[in-house]
Order: sequence, then structure tokens, then C-alpha cells
Amino acid sequence: MLPQLTKFLFAKTIRLVLLVAAVATLSFVLASHSPIDPVDAYVGAAIMKVSPEQRQMIIARWGLDRPPLERFGRWAAQLARGDFGVSTIFNEPVTAVIAKRFVTSLWLMALAWSFSGLLGFALGLIAGAREDSLADRLIRIYAYTMAATPTFWVGMILLMVFSVYLGWTPVCCAWPLGLSAEQATLWQRLHHLLLPAVTLSLIGIAQITLHTREKTIEALRSDYAVFARAQGESTYGICRRALRNVALPAVTLQFASLGELFGGAVLAEQVFAYPGLGRTTVEAGIRGDIPLLLGIVLFSTIFVFTGNFLADLIYHLVDPRLRKTAGDFS
Amino acid sequence: MMTNFLVLDRRTRTMMVILGCLVLFSGIFLGAWLYGEQGQVTNLPLRKLPPGWDRPFGTDWLGRDMFARTLKGLRISLEIGLAAATCSAGIALAFGLAAATMGRIVDVVVTWLCDVGMATPHLVLLILISFACGGGAKGVIIAVAASHWPALTRVIRAEVMQLRTSDYIKLSRRLGRSSTWIARHHLLPHVAPQFLVGLLLLFPHAILHAAGLTFLGFGMSPHTPEIGTLLAESMRHLSTGMWWLALAPGLALIISVMAFDVLGNNVRALLDPKTLRE
Repeated sequence: MLPQLTKFLFAKTIRLVLLVAAVATLSFVLASHSPIDPVDAYVGAAIMKVSPEQRQMIIARWGLDRPPLERFGRWAAQLARGDFGVSTIFNEPVTAVIAKRFVTSLWLMALAWSFSGLLGFALGLIAGAREDSLADRLIRIYAYTMAATPTFWVGMILLMVFSVYLGWTPVCCAWPLGLSAEQATLWQRLHHLLLPAVTLSLIGIAQITLHTREKTIEALRSDYAVFARAQGESTYGICRRALRNVALPAVTLQFASLGELFGGAVLAEQVFAYPGLGRTTVEAGIRGDIPLLLGIVLFSTIFVFTGNFLADLIYHLVDPRLRKTAGDFS
Repeated sequence: MMTNFLVLDRRTRTMMVILGCLVLFSGIFLGAWLYGEQGQVTNLPLRKLPPGWDRPFGTDWLGRDMFARTLKGLRISLEIGLAAATCSAGIALAFGLAAATMGRIVDVVVTWLCDVGMATPHLVLLILISFACGGGAKGVIIAVAASHWPALTRVIRAEVMQLRTSDYIKLSRRLGRSSTWIARHHLLPHVAPQFLVGLLLLFPHAILHAAGLTFLGFGMSPHTPEIGTLLAESMRHLSTGMWWLALAPGLALIISVMAFDVLGNNVRALLDPKTLRE
């Protein structure tokens, strides 16, 4: 068991390194071909107040006067040491900006992720166990509608109803205005987190529900379920036994959907002005902060990779069929 | 009527659903063409009117008719989705066929490209590409086209791979047919339906992602009211209680996206010989 696990981890590490190298190269080429002038984007509205000398100074400081290949070499060498450069809009190291913002986003994503996972799985199980019943139809309509709904629109509607009309939830931010993240109480954080997390969950439920429904129907039609029914087992009993077979693909799917979660978080954070990593991505893109944008691209790649890796790992550790033939960890 | 409808066989029902979707889309295009320019007319005495019989979607803070703006925006959204999804599907077809037929090295490269393309969250990739293109409608189309091909490429590659080992292709090869002849007469007709369905099911993703990207402020200028731009504008007026600015355009977008989904699934049912005559 153990040597195979080491082999598995080793292969995955190689994959990650190659992947990050490819994504880094591609995204650097893309970003350096942008017609948006980073200096113009940086100074923004103050463009008339910047003298040509100041402009030259900024360009020299960021190293933009060098040829692209040399810039790439320097950036790649920095990356290899774990240094992502300095963000131009925050004037802080990119790693520090990402770390700080990601912690804020993590609250949101973790809450939405676990909530949508649990509720989606439960709904899928109900729909699958009672195929073609009223509940199944309602759940299916809901899931298909949500699959076609833009995340930001759900956020806007919730914001309008609960924050503007009813005034139950705050309109913006991750903690009360005028406080810092450390001063806010847990209750205040959750209060600000509620609507964005609900928005993400409402959308995120769709995929896991439909998937679980399919798997449940499949399990109930399998030979072992038919046999159990012939012996007088109730639907509830069969479902209880089939739970393990249905839960495993659901868990892996949920881990593999971290990319969608990240994308949804970008949109939800924009609507609720939640100062997380998603909002920072948008700012970096609009204000031309290339080091930060590239850093976030790489970070999100690693984030998605980790999700897929955990999904694979869980599959290999839990599924007894794969454990026996563990020779081909891939 | 209802019983009559149920008696119709699957094929007829599917045809009717497909027809309905096509009517909806041509309605949007026709409506935008006939009525859409109204959405640019500012009419200050009619500012901030809630929806009523005259103006089903109400008017905005400049007195512009929201129904006309929504139609126009929907048309732009659909056009962007169509352009981007078609490009994406074209790339996927080329890559998928190349990977499955042009030898091991090409296959490894294409599979690797798929992995790289799917490694970064879609939205982050969209922002990066749109930034690289300098924004604008062009940026949005290129971004969506360049980020949606990997999934379909995998499907086409797997399909062709499976076909290549099937008996009738092997037999055809034994009979001395050339690779190009087999590709034209056996592979292409078999992959075409898969490709069509894949293309149709790409539209919803393309439209939603394009709307998301424009909502975030990448791409469209305020003068081309794409649905994402309309919704981003209405964000600023949420706190003043103009709920209709966000509600109706969003619902219209959802309905169009769902219509594409339904269209894709029904065409699939129609093309699949197993479900054709249920």
C-alpha cells in the first residue's frame, strides 16, 4: 500500500510542476501581449498629471523597458524561489495580498461548498429514490433552472430582497465598516457571509443534485437492489445500503468542482462587495496589475489541482475495488 | 388538446419543442431588429416607471424602455454566444480528430493541452484572456472561444478512438480503403451528430460566461447594452428600489439559456437511434 501511495504522490507532484510551468508560460505570454498599457491602467484617472519623466521612472522600476524574454526569465526565476513579485495596485508582495484575500474568500467558499454539498446530496437522494414523483420533478426543475441562471443575478435578487427591502442582512463587505477583520466578531462575520454563501450554494446545488439523482437511480436498478427488494427490503432500506455507492462519486465530484466554486466566488464577491480573492482578481484585471493577475492565475490553478488531487486520493483510499488493484494508481 | 399532445410520439414532440425554441430565438432577433433601437431613446418625462401595460419591463433612470434594451441586449448576448461557441466547437473538432487519427505524439500534445486548458478556473482564464485582448466585444468572444473547447475535444477524441477500433472500420481498412476515405465516409458521419449536440450544449455555457465577464466590467462599453452590462448598470440602482431593472433582463436571459439547453437535449434525443422512436 505505502510504496504505491508514494508513487502516486510522486507522479502527482511531477504533474503539478509541469502544469504550473505550462500555465505560467502561457499566461505570461498572454498578459505581456495585452494592448492595455500597465502604466496607463495604473495611474488611471490621474493620467494627465503624470509627467513623461515620472512615467519613465515607473517603467524602469517595473522593468518594462526590458525585452519580454528577459522579463520572463527574471519572473520565472523569481517564481522558482516562490516569489511572485510585487502587486502594483496594493504595493505589497503578491503572495501577501493573495494570502490575506484568500483567507477572507475561504470563509465564503468553505461555507458554500459544504452547504451545497450536503443539501445537493440530500436532494439528489430524495429525487432518485422517488423517481418521477412530484418531489423528483420539482427538484429536477429547480436544478435545471439553476444550471441556466447566472450566479450574479441570483446574488442581485437576494441582495435586493433581503438587504434593501427587508434590511436583514448588510449590503456590503465582509465585516462592519470601520472595523478590521480581527476586530469583527464571529457573529458579525457570519452575518455578512450569509447572503454570498447562500447565493453560491443555490447555484452549486444543481450539479451535485443531478449527479446524485442519476447515481441513485442506477443503484436502485442494480442487481443487488432488485435482489434486496425481492427479499422484502423497503426502498428506505435499499437506499441506506446503496448510500456508500452513491456517496463516493458525489464526494469526488464535489472536490472536483472547486474551479466552478472559485468562478462563482468571483461573481458573488463582486455583487456583495466582499473583499476576497475573487474581487481582487477583477481589480487586478481591470487596473492592469500583471504580477497580481498572474499570481492569482497560478494560485487558482494550484487550488483546482488540489481539489482534483483530493478527489483522486479519496477514490483510491475508499473504494475497495481500486484498493485491491492499487498497482495502477494513475 | 392535452391528451392529444400526450398521444403524439416522442419524435413529433421533440420536433415541436425544437420548433418552439427556434421560434423564440427568431423572435428575439426580429424583435431586436424592429424594436431594439427604441432602447437608446432617452425620454426624461418617463423616467423610473415601474412595469405596466405600455412598458412591460418599465423604464430606467433616463426614461429608456427596458423591454427594448433587454431585447437588444439579448440579441448581442446570443450573437456573442453563437460566435464564441462555434469557434470553440471548431477548435474542438479539429483537435479531437487530430488527436485520434494523427498518431501518438499529437495525441499526447492535445491531451496535455486539454489538461492545461481545464487547469485554471474558467472565469479566471476568461479574465486573463479578455485582459490580453484589451477588452471589448472581441475580447469577450476570443476569451469564451479559447476557454470552452477542452471538454468537447475530449468527447470527440474518445468517440473517434472508439470508432477506430470497431469492426467495420477495421474491415474497411482491410479492404484497402485509405485513411482519408475512411475519415470522410465513416468517421465524419458518425461524429457529426455528437459534434452538433456538443455545439448546441456549448451555447448555454458560452452565453452565461460572456454575461458574467461583461458583468464584471470586462468587455462591452455602456453603449452596447449586452445583458451583463445592463445588469451591472442596474446594480447601481438597486438601493433606490428600481427592482425591475434587474429582474426582467435576468429572467429573459435565463429563459433563453434554458431554451438552448432544451434544444440541445431534444436534438440529441432525435439524433440518437436508441431514443428516436420511443
